[in-house]
Amino acid sequence: MSEPRVLIVDDHQLFRAGVRAELEPLLEIAGEAGGVEDALDAIERENPDVVLLDVHMPDGGGVEVIRRAATLSEAPPCFLALSVSDAAEDVIAIIRAGARGYVTKSISGDELAEAVRRVHEGDAVFSPRLAGFVLDAFAGPAPQPETELDALTVREREVLQHIARGYMYKEIALRLDISPKTVEAHVSSVLRKLQLSSRHELTRWAAERGLDL
Amino acid sequence: MTTSDASTGVLRRDRQEGWIGGVAAGIARRFGVDASLVRLAFVVATAAGGVGLAAYLLGWLVIPAGDSRPTRVRIRTGRAAVEVALGTAFLLLAVLLTFRALGIWFSDAIVWPLVLIAGGGALIWRQSMGEREPRPAPAERTPEEIVRTESRRAVLAISRTGLGIALVVAAGIVFLQATGALGAARDVLFAVIAAVVVLGVIFAPWIVRLVRSLTEERAARIRSQERAEVAAHLHDSVLQTLAMMQRRAGDPAEVAALARRQERELRAWLSDRPAPGKSGTLAGALEAAAADVEEQHGVPVEVVVVGDRDLDAAHEAVVAAAREAMTNAAKFGGGSPVDVYAESSDARTQVFVRDRGPGFDPDAVPADRRGVRESIVGRMERHGGRARVTSGTGHGTEVELVLERS
Repeated sequence: MSEPRVLIVDDHQLFRAGVRAELEPLLEIAGEAGGVEDALDAIERENPDVVLLDVHMPDGGGVEVIRRAATLSEAPPCFLALSVSDAAEDVIAIIRAGARGYVTKSISGDELAEAVRRVHEGDAVFSPRLAGFVLDAFAGPAPQPETELDALTVREREVLQHIARGYMYKEIALRLDISPKTVEAHVSSVLRKLQLSSRHELTRWAAERGLDL
Repeated sequence: MTTSDASTGVLRRDRQEGWIGGVAAGIARRFGVDASLVRLAFVVATAAGGVGLAAYLLGWLVIPAGDSRPTRVRIRTGRAAVEVALGTAFLLLAVLLTFRALGIWFSDAIVWPLVLIAGGGALIWRQSMGEREPRPAPAERTPEEIVRTESRRAVLAISRTGLGIALVVAAGIVFLQATGALGAARDVLFAVIAAVVVLGVIFAPWIVRLVRSLTEERAARIRSQERAEVAAHLHDSVLQTLAMMQRRAGDPAEVAALARRQERELRAWLSDRPAPGKSGTLAGALEAAAADVEEQHGVPVEVVVVGDRDLDAAHEAVVAAAREAMTNAAKFGGGSPVDVYAESSDARTQVFVRDRGPGFDPDAVPADRRGVRESIVGRMERHGGRARVTSGTGHGTEVELVLERS
């Protein structure tokens, strides 16, 4: 698969320039945008594969971009959230809006490029902290045991615990004696639950960021 | 009404728990029975010839008022005010009925108005003399929310006062009706109502504007206070650090360390957690240990905690062992970031400390190396837990600490 074309959306010009400088040797940069309207214009014009999306921006932030991009085209790009915030409500809100991953801005250039490729291939990208939030949110008993969306399987829990401990997917596969594809399948399944489950913790975190789901 | 704590030995009226004078509640507390029983006894004794009433009044006069348990403060609620009003009304009704039963005759024209006046009056007095209800700390809520709840509370208070006034007015009407003087009073009443309506129409817009501007002004004041607090905090923390970083610009390692420490503090402040080191929970202690290690060795330490808990002696040992593991990871991990993951449930607490350094062969470590053996494995075992070190050349090192709950 060819290298994905990336659009960088962040309201801090300095930060955009920094990410661009780091990613340019590794990936193809489709462009930059400094706000919600700019981002939507750029998505229509450039049709990028992956959008690196800041969570906090004026006029609604990343959540608004994802929501309106979905109405713009049949096949919107993949979104990877990139933020300094590590508050649960920010992380969960943007994931529930449709982002396929969440990384913090302290991530290294190589790791960021890897995360972009992963999202482009349809996988989910969980930072250790996001894995921690998910384990926390799914810790209590499921409110509606009949829906599989409200609980994690034992395997999914193991995979998340390893992500929280700082393991890469390949290392997790080795340790749990399963294939890397299976690890990815588990993470994607967790992402789906994260987006669709009606668990109280998730809806509350999302509601704190004004996301009506 | 609980009587769980030990009775105090001295008989005191309990005005906080009580409905009227606190006599029944005081007796109940002294003898460790339910206050409802004592109240029932008073009511029965009152019905049986008025003895209960006399005893109650005597008790009110004679028994000194004392403080309720200091830890339990009964918040004056609307219900309490209504209870007092009902209590007063029933008590008076009991008195009057008792007198009637004893042969001292009252006309209904006096009994019912008196009862209504007593009830309504008690409600108004209680409402206007009662203490303000304690307000929740404003820090947790937005100015708009505070103003909204305050005004809702004010509406409740007004509606209770209104109920009291209605009762008293009803008493007057009943009295006038019974004595046949209502016709004359009606003319006066009409005049008063007309005057009130006229004045209301004239002044209503002005009053509405006044109330609205007061509310807005209040919200603005609260908001500006909050802004001042944020500004003060940023001055003490972020701006100080930025100034330091400008002066140390020649030393990248120190600048990075300063930035990391400031980031940690700011995050703690933003998420309303106590600053690292000032908290008695597992997450707080691990964060503090991570911050120390980071500062000493200049290696980023990332902490993720699922299911926080309070620290006890065993968990303090877990934190101490984890700190040792973090120090080792920072020292021998080749500068790779250190990941700390803690998960705590009712059954057990687990902490993982991992680096991505060169790793080592655990069997090849000489027996006299005390770091791992003593301060990690030994410490965990002394507190009923266990520790395991997993490492392999090229795979980094992971220390796992487990503490099962007995």
